[in-house]
Amino acid sequence: VRAEEAGVISGVGWSAIGRRLHRDPLELAADACLAAIRDAGLDPDAIDGVSTYPGRLGSTPGITGAGVDDVRSLLGLSLRWQSGGAELSGQLGSVVNAVLAVAAGLADHVLCFRSVWESTAQDLSATGRAGLVAASPHESVQWGRPYGVGYATHGGLAMRRYLHESGATREQLAQLAVVARRNAGLNPLAVYREPLTVDDYLRARMISDPLCIYDCDVPVDGCMAVVVSRAGSVTTGSAAGIRIEAIGSASGWEPCADMMWSRTGLGPSDVDVAEIYDGFSIYAVRWLEALRLTPRNGTGPFVEGGSRIALDGELPLNTGGGQLSAGRMHGYGPLVEACLQLRGEAGEHQVPGGPEVAVVSSGAELFTSCLLLTR
Amino acid sequence: MSTPVVAPLPTDRSAFYWTSGREGVLRIATCGDCGFRIHPPRPACPSCRGRDVTPQSVSGRGTVWSFTISRRAWVPGIEAPYVVAEIELDEQPGLRVLSTVTGGEVAIGMPVTVSFVEVDGAHVPVFSP
Repeated sequence: VRAEEAGVISGVGWSAIGRRLHRDPLELAADACLAAIRDAGLDPDAIDGVSTYPGRLGSTPGITGAGVDDVRSLLGLSLRWQSGGAELSGQLGSVVNAVLAVAAGLADHVLCFRSVWESTAQDLSATGRAGLVAASPHESVQWGRPYGVGYATHGGLAMRRYLHESGATREQLAQLAVVARRNAGLNPLAVYREPLTVDDYLRARMISDPLCIYDCDVPVDGCMAVVVSRAGSVTTGSAAGIRIEAIGSASGWEPCADMMWSRTGLGPSDVDVAEIYDGFSIYAVRWLEALRLTPRNGTGPFVEGGSRIALDGELPLNTGGGQLSAGRMHGYGPLVEACLQLRGEAGEHQVPGGPEVAVVSSGAELFTSCLLLTR
Repeated sequence: MSTPVVAPLPTDRSAFYWTSGREGVLRIATCGDCGFRIHPPRPACPSCRGRDVTPQSVSGRGTVWSFTISRRAWVPGIEAPYVVAEIELDEQPGLRVLSTVTGGEVAIGMPVTVSFVEVDGAHVPVFSP
């Protein structure tokens, strides 16, 4: 199948283009994007994918005027797929990715754009004027900085709200860290392997109350990688291939999980092992409930005591120690662990009974993806 | 706990939020076509895609959506412990701003009202019962 046959360029649009315009780059993005959508004869609500180069991580001033999430929030889009990166195959790699997404059925209408703001940014730098409106870390952190907000602050706010809404206790949720640590003790790749008890957890140093040190994942150095090959092209040894049963790439915990389940005949009760993103333990709670692996607002009672999420429990969770104990490999730790489990190669922390279905999730809030894997 | 606030780093898009306290009011970006409130402010309305978005006064009343007590400092000039809160403004469900709650007691659901702390020429919104 040729991906090229699956897509057409249905609309084009542009904003004002000029030197030192000193206009908000999001205004320019709105002008161009809405014009392209209009030209395609579409309503903005039809856009379900966004693709750009290089996105918000661009390095020099003004190289990016607007990123994927800027345009998503600017136009109120509900996305099923998104892509933005500095190391695509050239700037038009953003269009290549969009064609692939359409060919794969992940999106129907992908808004592709390139936003630059270099002339005004260079002008502002040269004149020493502060207050860049884009491509500056100020824009994203300024809403919390005056109040002393750090990353863990968001974890603390999310956890307090969850405890309030669900009635769960810290003692119940402690099992997420305790069970992960027990699994880490069996995993030679994990960084924190000494035993942890519920009492240790309850006595631990608070970082952003009610979020304690054991609710936070561990920064590490390292690299993990996987290869994705055309199905049928690999037949050797233990790497005969883990199948990707379903993809969830929608923005947001629930939309992402719902998208994944909508693309498979399998369901939550078929999951044999769960490798769930736990940048903060409360993020694992949000993922478990979005994926319908635990009842809404019912994760506390579900994990209480720890036996249900243990290696030999009904839902083995973060079987290599998760990011809380194995280290923050940012989604790739859970992914590699899921593959090892499905291949039966996880050694001492192997889930018994030959697991056949694994779910892996990554990210938080509106920056989310998940995979359902089978052997 | 003190009122831990340092100066913001306003952008052209956000400056009104950090200065309108000079007149004793809180302003939120508002769509002139459909009235939708947009925070953080954006130059287009995510609800109706209207382009007539301008800062408009709000009541300054809201409730505490969630809060946390930061036990370590993340920003120079603010010493732990201190309270960070998300306030849901009365004008629109889901319209939330990051801030702090002053005056001691804080609980989810508690009604609060805005006031302003002046730092380096900015007027930083804070909330109290």
